[in-house]
Amino acid sequence: MKNKVLYTINKSELDKLIGILQRDGYRVVGPTVRDGAITYEEIESVRQLPIGWTDSHAPGRYRLNRRNDDQLFGFVVGPHSLKKFFFPPKQRLFGIKRDGESGYVFEARQPDPPRYAFLGVRACDLAAVGVQDRVFKQAMAEPYYAKARDDALFIAVNCTEPGGTCFCGSMGTGPRCTEGYDLALTELRTTFTVEVGTNKGRQLVEALEHETTDANTSHLVDLLMDNASEHMGRTLDTENLPEILLKNLSHEHWDEIAKRCMSCSNCTFACPTCFCSNVEDSTDLSGNHAERWRTWGSCFTLEFSYHTGGYSRSSPAARYRQWLTHKLANWHEQFETSGCVGCGRCITWCPVGIDITKEATTIANDVKRSRANQEAKRLEEVGS
Amino acid sequence: MEPGPYDIGLVEGSISTPEEAERIVQVRKECRFLVTIGACATSGGIQALKNWADVEEYKRIVYASPQYIDTLDTASPVAAFVLVDFELRGCPVNKYQLVEVITALIAGRRPQIATSPVCLECKRAGNVCVMVAEGTPCLGPITHAGCGALCPTYGRGCYSCFGPSESAAAEALCAHCEKTGTSKPTIVRMLRSFNGYLEPFKQVGDKYERQAVNN
Repeated sequence: MKNKVLYTINKSELDKLIGILQRDGYRVVGPTVRDGAITYEEIESVRQLPIGWTDSHAPGRYRLNRRNDDQLFGFVVGPHSLKKFFFPPKQRLFGIKRDGESGYVFEARQPDPPRYAFLGVRACDLAAVGVQDRVFKQAMAEPYYAKARDDALFIAVNCTEPGGTCFCGSMGTGPRCTEGYDLALTELRTTFTVEVGTNKGRQLVEALEHETTDANTSHLVDLLMDNASEHMGRTLDTENLPEILLKNLSHEHWDEIAKRCMSCSNCTFACPTCFCSNVEDSTDLSGNHAERWRTWGSCFTLEFSYHTGGYSRSSPAARYRQWLTHKLANWHEQFETSGCVGCGRCITWCPVGIDITKEATTIANDVKRSRANQEAKRLEEVGS
Repeated sequence: MEPGPYDIGLVEGSISTPEEAERIVQVRKECRFLVTIGACATSGGIQALKNWADVEEYKRIVYASPQYIDTLDTASPVAAFVLVDFELRGCPVNKYQLVEVITALIAGRRPQIATSPVCLECKRAGNVCVMVAEGTPCLGPITHAGCGALCPTYGRGCYSCFGPSESAAAEALCAHCEKTGTSKPTIVRMLRSFNGYLEPFKQVGDKYERQAVNN
């Protein structure tokens, strides 16, 4: 990646870029300050970006702070990922109307998704879109998702200052964007360097005032990326982790976590890869009209595991274990990738600050320790 | 009451007097489906705060002629006296949920009323969590959904008008609130409002009250 040609554009070109995207019929979505956080919203100009803001992340704690400069992308990730744009939280799937005595009319058509251009997307969020592609495009062939996704344009921004709950370095998804973008920017003091990912991206760069980045600046970008990799707020050792977790489903630590876990589902909805949903049919009072709706669902609710005979995961410990082991272990088997991209949202946005890296590491370390003890004992017995 | 039978009986209010305790038995007999609606009918309501107090003392303080007041020592949910087919939570109830319950009973299906926490509605609405981003104590994680996360949508913590959610982890939430600076007496007041007499709010509220007194 480091040998890729970089271009340099002035920061003032960014408004021009937004204008071009709007002219091309894109709905431009970018980070903006709303309700004490940086969220993805539809934007019309650079002025709406979080200029001079940064965010601090800790388990169960998020705060916005002023920076001492005017960086446009001087923050990490907000509470929202791109998930809500491709997989809306509430969606009507179809309606049925009674027609005459015995007939029905289906209204199955959904409105087409808007054409989105995402500005300021991070490497972890791009990776998450890749993970959701495997679920919604390959495993499920979800038409709304596929259309929204294929029409979308991604202008990513490399992270130079990871946050307190970030661990993309451990999950191999960041901090540098390596795939899935049309353009990837790195913010410097007065300029951006630009990496081109697609032909669409190339056309955009050519429409802007640009020059080839000199070797020194290119080297600076590499240094910034290396520095970012070394300053992750969290780490997670993923070696043998799926095997360790799946062989220790009765580990006592699951019950310890359950004393703190509220089963409130916040982690699953903040997670950019969690894809579960509820499907509900409803009728109106007249009995002549019915609708089917899909809403975000969560494995932390009782209803999620309800079947004839009751709930298969009635204890909070079973529900947390299901979520963590699916994310970090079973996902590999199911989709040939980890379900975790290391964005840290489940840690920051857990109201009581439960930390997936800490919980998984506690179990893994304990298992490794007891395995080492057993091995030492075995060797001792063999030796004696 | 006009003599029944009725297909659906909707009951508001708690059982607070001997007369109500008798009448509800008759209401139950007359109704095929008995549905209680609102925090008073499903938890005892705000008047259930008297369950922690001396009712005789209250009567003397509040009423000029306490001898005319005929009341039970406690205010209780209807379900403490008779079998209830469906309890619709909320103070006030959500009118769309009420229509859903009636529609479902007419159609002979199960009402689609989620028992999961308010957080699910809050996140689906795209709200920024007030607990995480502002440090505001919020009962959303342990409160029954149904309001559409009304208070957090306007930047306030949830007061639990809808009472405890399914497997409400009141203990875990209160431990966190305490750790982040909410005092024990405040935690007791948070839990003892519209639905304070429902478990696990009652048990956890009582525990914090004992600790506050002992401190």
